[in-house]
Amino acid sequence: MSNIGTYDEKRENFTWDVAKEVLGWEQGELLNIGAICSDRVCARGHADRVALIWEGFGDRKATYTFGDLKVFSNGIAQMLVDQGIAPGDRVCLFMDKIPSLYFAFLGVLKMGGVVQPLFSAFGDESLEVRLASAGTKAILTTRKHVKKVRKILDRLPDLTHVIVLEGNPSKLKDGEIFFDVESAPRVEEFEVYQSGPETPSVLHYTSGTTGQPKGALHAHDSIWGQVLTTSWVLDLREDDIYWCTADPGWVTGTSYGIIGPWSLGVTQCVLDSGFTSARWYQFIADNHVTVWYSAPTAIRSLMRDGDELVAKHDLSSLRHLASVGEPLNAEAVVWSEKVYGLAFHDTFWQTETGSIMIANYPGLPIKPGSMGRPFPGIEAAVLDLKTHEPLTEPNSVGLIAFRPGWPSMFRAYWKEPAKYASRFVGAADGATPDELRTDTSLWYVSGDRSSVDADGYFWFVGRDDDVINTGGHLVGPFEIESALVEHEAVAEAAAVGKPDAVNMEVVKAFVTLKPGFEPSGDLELSIMNFIRKKLSPLAMPQEIEYTDKLPRTRSGKILRRYLRAIEWGEDVGDLSTLEDD
Amino acid sequence: MDDVREAVLEYVIDEYIDEDDDLEVDADTALISSGIVDSFSMVSLKAFLENKYDIRIPDEDATPEAFDTVNSIVRIVEKHSS
Repeated sequence: MSNIGTYDEKRENFTWDVAKEVLGWEQGELLNIGAICSDRVCARGHADRVALIWEGFGDRKATYTFGDLKVFSNGIAQMLVDQGIAPGDRVCLFMDKIPSLYFAFLGVLKMGGVVQPLFSAFGDESLEVRLASAGTKAILTTRKHVKKVRKILDRLPDLTHVIVLEGNPSKLKDGEIFFDVESAPRVEEFEVYQSGPETPSVLHYTSGTTGQPKGALHAHDSIWGQVLTTSWVLDLREDDIYWCTADPGWVTGTSYGIIGPWSLGVTQCVLDSGFTSARWYQFIADNHVTVWYSAPTAIRSLMRDGDELVAKHDLSSLRHLASVGEPLNAEAVVWSEKVYGLAFHDTFWQTETGSIMIANYPGLPIKPGSMGRPFPGIEAAVLDLKTHEPLTEPNSVGLIAFRPGWPSMFRAYWKEPAKYASRFVGAADGATPDELRTDTSLWYVSGDRSSVDADGYFWFVGRDDDVINTGGHLVGPFEIESALVEHEAVAEAAAVGKPDAVNMEVVKAFVTLKPGFEPSGDLELSIMNFIRKKLSPLAMPQEIEYTDKLPRTRSGKILRRYLRAIEWGEDVGDLSTLEDD
Repeated sequence: MDDVREAVLEYVIDEYIDEDDDLEVDADTALISSGIVDSFSMVSLKAFLENKYDIRIPDEDATPEAFDTVNSIVRIVEKHSS
């Protein structure tokens, strides 16, 4: 029997207090995610239980108990306090998936800081934009990545602390602090910050169509959404060995790669190594992984590498599979059932929602290709594209929307209240973020389109904006275009998504060149590497098309939808606003 | 093929390794499985090979395993140069 039991029964008379029952929560306990994921598990008698099985490239392996999590997160928290970091300060984590990343995530929360995890493959410009926006006070990084911080430090007056957690301390620059928590004196007890439900916890940056990325701010109250979805959708139990393949630089890696499993006292595995199918299968076999939460891009790569490779590994420990990041195609669901004997269960949610909103559940029939049904307690609908009224006719395409009020909903876009308000349909002028997120007469609009069939299953159609979803990560075209025109040869640029068999879509750039530059393969490579280093490998155009002119509206805006439609072989739509020659 | 090996190694070091990295990279160093080159960046490595050697590497040959070391990349170039 799965944790959720019967889906329809759980939807009836639902309250989020069920999450407290799942966690065995008692009135008066301290609501601090860092402490709940470490100290609380120890206090309930599980200090010796394995929390983290970690493997890096080569033979690097380590195992940590919940007792270790408590002490090492205490160590990070105490070090930050000693450095003068105060509750509410933004503390960035910028490193690979090493153990210290996980200790630091909990440690920052324990001392009342706001964790700002950033993907370690970000280039210096991507990093700068996000640190400047958040007014980040401290960055915890490693020797490998501190070089990118050094390049931008002079332009970030708020960033007063650069703390290196791993690597060779002899090569640090003046002003940089080295702190290896595992070799530092053990901090057995730390006075955890007395956070409450609305105390800010995690700040994840996410890309939009226009402007630079926005910081989606979450609060400690998010844990109830994360606990209950981890239990009912991922079906985690105390004796599971769980593997979430996501990087904590993105929201899946924190909501379900840290908070969900560890709040429930579940052992999880982390593989900090490049992707190859054989390595992944060996990792599952070696660690007897039982529940595996991955992404369609990885699943399609595994599919591409074939069935024979699967047969060479003992994957019999697996009992439940789930997927997130982009729509999981029907073929992948059918294939996984054939080769693993288990179907991947697709889930849908966003950085802003903080926890799973629509899902396929253990025990509920899967319709391959469908996102599934709304989580109990979540009222979801598709809204008419123009009127924003809920569509009642099955299979009509509209905007995916949710009634506000679930606990893990984001509390703000960092310092951008107007953008926050713009995500709610029906919002009164001047409504505060608190009013918006609790007004159950409104709809929060996700930015994605889908339909709903007669059985209540949602079917993803596509984005409602120009944001590019590549390999499950959102990339903003504006950010790419702004960086492209910084290349010495590029005069104008447009970035759109083009179809890709593995990553769903990848970045394609259209560029016009400055006088004196001619199209060539070498120039294309130069532009690609320029963006890879400046922004990230995800943002790097995988194809560059040279053009004499970009399509624009009469008001001068680049018509990305026209370029995108051509790439996808879709109807280009109304071109009446296209600029005349 | 020694020239190819040298050119690819030089490109990898120039593009993916920082000057003050402690990494020693040779023709047998794992690139993809170690995380030095990620799967997205593999595309620019492929573009480099196609430009420099005027070849086309089909997607089915551009696997993480085939691009995992400079030596395995040299074999790909060799295969498609004939």
